[in-house]
Amino acid sequence: MSDIVHLTVDGKAIEAPPGTLLINAVKRAGIEIPAFCYYDGLKLQAACRMCLVEVEKTPKLQVACTLPVAEGMVVHTDTPTVHEARKGMVEFLLTNHPLDCPVCDKGGECELQDMTFRYGFGESRFLEQKQHIDEKQWSAVVYFDRPRCINCYRCIRVCDEGMGLTALGITNRGVLAEIIPNEHDHLNCDECGMCIDICPVGALTSGMYRYKTRPWEMKHVGTICTHCSNGCKTTLGVRNDEIIRGNNRDRSGLNGEFLCIKGRYAFDFTHHAERLQSPLVRRNGKLEAASWSEALAEVAKNWTAIKQRGGRFGVIGSTRTTNEENFFLQKFARQVLGTNNIDHHRSGDVPTLLDALSGRTDALATTADFYERKAVLIVGADLSQEQPFLAWQVRANVRHHNAHIYVATPGPVREDRVAAASVRYQEGGELASLENLREKLRAEPELVVAFGDAIQGDAVRQLVNFGDSLGVPVKYVALLDYSNSRGALDMGLLPHLGPGYHAVDTPGMSLAAMLADESLDALWVVGANPLGRHVLAASKPFVVVQDLFLTDTAEHAAVVFPAASAYEKSGTVTNLCGEVQRLEAAIKVAGTKPDLEIFGLLAREMGANLGIWQASKIFEEIRGSVRGYNIPLPILTTGGAAQTAALNGHVPAPPRAERIQAAHNTLFTSGSLGQFSRTLQVVLEAPGALYQGR
Amino acid sequence: MTFSPALEARFAKLLTIYPEGRQRSAVVPMLMYAQDEVGCVTRELVEEVARRCGVQPMQVDEVIGYYSMLHTKPLGKYHIQVCTNISCLLTGGEELYEHAKKTLGIGNKEVTPDGLFSLEEVECMGACSWAPAVEVNYDFHHHVTCEKLDRLIEDLRKLK
Amino acid sequence: MLYNEPNPLETRVLTKRFGIPNSEKAEVYVANGGYQAFLKATGMPPEKIIEEVKVSNLRGRGGAGFPTGLKWSFVPRTSPKPKYLICNADESEPGTCKDRLLMEYDPHQLIEGMLIGGLAVDSHKGYIYIRGEYRYLITMMEHAIDDAYAHGWLGKNIQGTGFDFDLYVHTGAGAYECGEETALLDSIEGKRGVPRMKPPFPAVAGAWGCPTLLNNVETYSAVPNIIRDGGAAFAALGTPKNGGTRLVCLSGHVNKPGVYEIPLGYPMLEFIEKFGGGVRGGKKLKAVIPGGSSCPVLTASECDIIMDYDTLAKAGSMLGSGGMVVIDEDTCMVKAALRIMRFYAHESCGWCVPCREGTTWLRKMLQRFHDGMGQASDIPIIGQVSKNMLGRTFCALGDAAAMPTISIVEKFREEFEAHLDGRPCPYEHKPAMALA
Repeated sequence: MSDIVHLTVDGKAIEAPPGTLLINAVKRAGIEIPAFCYYDGLKLQAACRMCLVEVEKTPKLQVACTLPVAEGMVVHTDTPTVHEARKGMVEFLLTNHPLDCPVCDKGGECELQDMTFRYGFGESRFLEQKQHIDEKQWSAVVYFDRPRCINCYRCIRVCDEGMGLTALGITNRGVLAEIIPNEHDHLNCDECGMCIDICPVGALTSGMYRYKTRPWEMKHVGTICTHCSNGCKTTLGVRNDEIIRGNNRDRSGLNGEFLCIKGRYAFDFTHHAERLQSPLVRRNGKLEAASWSEALAEVAKNWTAIKQRGGRFGVIGSTRTTNEENFFLQKFARQVLGTNNIDHHRSGDVPTLLDALSGRTDALATTADFYERKAVLIVGADLSQEQPFLAWQVRANVRHHNAHIYVATPGPVREDRVAAASVRYQEGGELASLENLREKLRAEPELVVAFGDAIQGDAVRQLVNFGDSLGVPVKYVALLDYSNSRGALDMGLLPHLGPGYHAVDTPGMSLAAMLADESLDALWVVGANPLGRHVLAASKPFVVVQDLFLTDTAEHAAVVFPAASAYEKSGTVTNLCGEVQRLEAAIKVAGTKPDLEIFGLLAREMGANLGIWQASKIFEEIRGSVRGYNIPLPILTTGGAAQTAALNGHVPAPPRAERIQAAHNTLFTSGSLGQFSRTLQVVLEAPGALYQGR
Repeated sequence: MTFSPALEARFAKLLTIYPEGRQRSAVVPMLMYAQDEVGCVTRELVEEVARRCGVQPMQVDEVIGYYSMLHTKPLGKYHIQVCTNISCLLTGGEELYEHAKKTLGIGNKEVTPDGLFSLEEVECMGACSWAPAVEVNYDFHHHVTCEKLDRLIEDLRKLK
Repeated sequence: MLYNEPNPLETRVLTKRFGIPNSEKAEVYVANGGYQAFLKATGMPPEKIIEEVKVSNLRGRGGAGFPTGLKWSFVPRTSPKPKYLICNADESEPGTCKDRLLMEYDPHQLIEGMLIGGLAVDSHKGYIYIRGEYRYLITMMEHAIDDAYAHGWLGKNIQGTGFDFDLYVHTGAGAYECGEETALLDSIEGKRGVPRMKPPFPAVAGAWGCPTLLNNVETYSAVPNIIRDGGAAFAALGTPKNGGTRLVCLSGHVNKPGVYEIPLGYPMLEFIEKFGGGVRGGKKLKAVIPGGSSCPVLTASECDIIMDYDTLAKAGSMLGSGGMVVIDEDTCMVKAALRIMRFYAHESCGWCVPCREGTTWLRKMLQRFHDGMGQASDIPIIGQVSKNMLGRTFCALGDAAAMPTISIVEKFREEFEAHLDGRPCPYEHKPAMALA
């Protein structure tokens, strides 16, 4: 078979690889063939019949969405017959459509509206009674309006194929055919909202967004989801400094159109009533609102005093703040406070992995590898719950490339359904269980290995040895918790490692050690809630907290600064695969400041010069000084994801081995932040559970 | 759920006649035979058939809505199906159906209060050359007239 | 007891054993010449079996009329996958009731036909998909199959020939669409009976993704006769390219409705006259639906033709499934069109837009029209909407709905006009619809 097929469309010569569908091939010539049911990446339907075209030497009109190109094919998309067919289809679709565009959420971005405008009749010939069925609510986030539905099956397909669920189906037949949820009345699913986003019309609407605005009244800001570590781009619809919706319909970002419930709906913490909007200073044992200058002065005064008397500082950074903020924070700690007592909530053993892979340039997996590589091994993670985008990639890989998936987990996971083999283990038996997969893995041409916190320390090296022993190219990913868990590591929020995993001269205290240190004098916690699950041993330390809410930790603070969330700031974050992406500020919440600005103001108040606190300037410094971060700027500035380079050289292990433990969020939890998302709280599935095979 | 020994035997056979791993094929036959015994396709039956065939309940739900002979509400003991499709229409099927409505005092897909009869206007059931036709449960009646239908209903009433 | 008196003018090939008691017994079948064709076929190379079927000019009796031998030759015999044989006994085209008789009166003929099909395409497993309404036939067919197993005509090493074949019955559950072969495949897989995209054709990827030979009951039932007497003898019964006999289901306004076996090429009017005993009540013939409700109707003046696939195609209609519906002069053609559309709207699976929306739109429009609330402008719209479906739907159901409608609007336009301006249906007062 030739590598290229030549065809003629509307008189234009077109080339396309064999197997290309006509509907895609014509795009190169700037020709649009309209379609509703066709959706890139999902099974073919050929149901809407909107893409009918004339193909010479075939008597009937042909469906362009299922027709592969053929050598010498001559196609006409712009003939009276084709126009008439399209008109006919739009007319058919509108016969039972309520035409309630003025009150429909989809109005203005509705594919049926657009198609009617472009290809439809100007008038209606349908005089009969329309079919009416009342609107239904299926879950806190999903509503279904049957009359608007055009039965394109996109929702069913994305749920089944994309999400690996059977929450949606179809009942009845003919004009009574109707999309149904589980047992006809509710959704038992991820509440991801993929079905809503993929709906070409206003049949599926979102409980968060419905009847709130017209699409053209919003500005759309593409930024990175703050919740898990996968780094999905979410495009926030903003009106009057309020985020109204999240989606990624433009398929920008490494996640394409994918978003889980958190990326799509859990931006709502930004407007939570308990959001801090003023600094708080403890006076007479009570936290009271204070001005920024009062609060800053209070902190600077105390820190200076503690520093002068040689007191002990502890600094705990965040897994959601930007790289720039993290870099600036460790600089602040090390240069201004003079301490290596800096850490964050660690979740995956990236340093050991980087050390074990030192010198290799082809052993770190990207998120794309989960879609492209021929085999994937998941060790110790409920991927669909904890790493939803990676799970989506894996399912797509199976669907599109017949990839082989291997699973080693303590309990059942959704990936079992698509897995070539699954093994179960009891804690401690992780590596041993892989031996049962060895023969199968050896037979694979290549492999991606993703592992959770079940594998850490020496076990990481043993896992890499196991991978090496297979004799096939293997790439690895250590699974992490939050949007910048990886950035916190890379930027040196570690007691023994500085930015780029360079060893520090005198390793400081780890997070656990700081909390356990009875003589700690000052604790500075940025965007974290360690006291949510640990106790502070020191009796009267001076605690400073920067956060969005009055967390358990903030309640212990002497001073609390109201911080801006990831959706309110610019900067970069690095996902679990080391892919760096840019945040765009979508809104501003009155009274808050980005953490970077708070750091800068504190530095100024302390009389320290750490340079200008502007994200772009600090990123320049990061690019110049942090190993792996010399990434091309154009990729970032155009909204892309740039993978950091692998390390060459030894990464020292911490002086004292410490057990790290990930948060193990489900789809419906997001650490302390999740408690402030109404959406995550109200869905039936909240808070969900791991290893249920769901 | 357990069924009669005969039905259990049929189910057991159904699970063996399709290729390995393709037991989904047994969904429709199981529902068809089970609803005769259970009375209709209940939620419990959906879950049971899904479990036995190794499919998701949703996959069973989808099927139920599609096939016109699968019922989610109980029918009468005698389900009277009157064809009014073209061949029967030409030979009086419509009049027969109207007559049945009047005689039984119920409309399409309704059940008499005593639960004895239900009525359905059905599409062609393959008795065109002996039209008009009526099927009571699974028994065909050909060349049916209004009088013959009345007699049939009377006989069934006596039979109970 | 047969459902209608046979006619002495019939050419009884497939129906020659009809009326013999205990037809479900294999012994009875064997005693009447049965299973000999299968034994003969075991001695023939598969290519030769297919060649005989090709020579016979047997064409699919389900409705499409595709040459059967050619269809058999598409199945990749040497494929390493299992190959399945399926019999389409979902007989549901309005006007059609012949497969019922073939299963009821000669079930072993069907079994034998499938066995020969199995030999031809190297298949060892077959299913008979019987519509749910035919429960009594499912039971009868199960008995016949059990008896065939008991007497060594099914199962392992059939009659010592070394050929294995298992045969099962699968019940439908009420869906016209499942008569469409790919919808039937989805249905037998336990799904909604929604048609599949073609290619791949069932011969290559059919049931459970494996090569599948799918034929109608009458088609398989013809095969033992072809193998026994030779393809040429069967072909000679019909006209060129239209081999053999077929069962025609005569219904509607005739004196003697019934299922009759006649050779292909039999003149239509003569058939109505000599078999049907003419139009009932001495009425004049108005129209004929020649092969099931999907076929464009023929006016009385168009009926002076012979009945074979090609002649009917030339006349703008189809031989279809053999369901011939005779319509007399007192019949309202708007009502006929409405009833036919009601059927297709009810049976549309809902998969594709033009069929799903078009059939219901037309049903509502025809209903309004027949109720006397039509407008003159509706008449061309009925035709245009039908044409917007024609050739543009996912499967042939849309065409099946559009074709009769288009033909009725075009050929009986004056009847539509007679319904205009609030007039009641001009035929309503006549008793023609009722029993004479």
